[in-house]
Amino acid sequence: MTAAPTLPVYMQRNGFEPVPEMAEVRDGAGIERVRNSFGMETWLVTRFADVREVLSDPERFSNARLPARFRRPEGVRQPSADELARMRAGNLLAADPPDHTRLRRMLTPEFTVRRMRRLEPRIREIVDEHLDGMERSGPPADLVAEFALPVPSLVICELLGVPYTDRAAFQQRSTRQLDLRLSMEERIRLGEQSRAYMADLVARAQADPGEDMLGMLVREHGHDLTTDELIGIASLLLIAGHETTANMLGLGTLALLRHPDQLAIVRDEPERVDAAIEELLRWLTIVHTGTAKVATVDTEIAGQPIAAGELVMCALPAANRDPELRTDPERLDVTRGGVGHVAFGHGIHHCLGAPLARMEMRIGFPALLRRFPGLAEVPGTATFRSFSVIYGLTSLQVTW
Amino acid sequence: MARVHVHADRDVCIGAGLCVLTAGAVFDQDDDGIVVVLDEHPSDVAAVRDAVANCPSGALSLTEEG
Repeated sequence: MTAAPTLPVYMQRNGFEPVPEMAEVRDGAGIERVRNSFGMETWLVTRFADVREVLSDPERFSNARLPARFRRPEGVRQPSADELARMRAGNLLAADPPDHTRLRRMLTPEFTVRRMRRLEPRIREIVDEHLDGMERSGPPADLVAEFALPVPSLVICELLGVPYTDRAAFQQRSTRQLDLRLSMEERIRLGEQSRAYMADLVARAQADPGEDMLGMLVREHGHDLTTDELIGIASLLLIAGHETTANMLGLGTLALLRHPDQLAIVRDEPERVDAAIEELLRWLTIVHTGTAKVATVDTEIAGQPIAAGELVMCALPAANRDPELRTDPERLDVTRGGVGHVAFGHGIHHCLGAPLARMEMRIGFPALLRRFPGLAEVPGTATFRSFSVIYGLTSLQVTW
Repeated sequence: MARVHVHADRDVCIGAGLCVLTAGAVFDQDDDGIVVVLDEHPSDVAAVRDAVANCPSGALSLTEEG
């Protein structure tokens, strides 16, 4: 049996804040050796400039050459090379150029700024429907269960072509797959169930491709993509599409409720919403590290020699609170936001869905705050999800 | 005042679209999501510098001309 791992330092937070040790490392040596959630030794890069350097250079820091990541505990059946290749197929986060470039280019047209603007009316409708639902059944309401999670979940389902009626099962699976308290065996089993579910949807799309993204991939790239790649792409988009924005909407709302002057700006000054979202993204940085990389050559970061084959991870919250990026970085100031942060990563793996996430937030936050001008948290109900690969709230009771 | 010349490497671009958000008068995306430079000699240099600095893939560059 594998015991639930101790939370690695880069995942530890006090509410919204990374633990003080992260700032000490960043403002001191800039890099330290830590044990990751798989119990493996890894370098942790913490400064904004160094993080950007690592993320910008897939030749030196590879996402694909990570065999050790898949080393399973004693007693758990080891996958064959063939099984490993099938599991990694289509996972853009486990690919380097030129594979990554080939897959990403198929998806880029689906996430252009213009394409997102066309989705705006439908996203607005989905947001309004969920606010109506909250209004009908509350107060109080669980903001996560009734708004923050279902809105992005429904959006990605419609985009991708996943039946929303299946949500209870896949939401639960994806949340548990990211939960490090579960044993690795359990998480592997959940991963296999997710794949089987998606394999079924892919088979249906291959038989009768619809107008959604799965249908588009089958119609336009069916000859360039293996079935395993289609399953991998769709699985990644489904999990990334709702686990991320959902947590930004939940945690972001709590951050605003605890900074009422800033909440008022988001609610009352539409021209400042874009900046506010960038500042919330920077200040909250819900993705602790993104994917681990492996050094392909002997190299150096922050003056620290790194040997070929060693693991490197980037502490994104620490980098986003680097005084080199923003003065007074610990302060949330929604009036000063700009896109120059690493909450969506950087380099070729920069979040594909970032334009969608931004659109969902710029609609979602103001609509929620205008619908319920008296929105308030029920004290003591905010539950932070510490043990997840993606930070956020598991629940938050609100009244209005 | 020195003129600037904006260059975009369309082979490097990953279509993140940050340049369109930062300097929409200068950059656009084609149907494939890849960057298109609308104005190679822009006057709002500050926004373009921001776009160049923040481009995730490093596809954008700026040169000063005489």
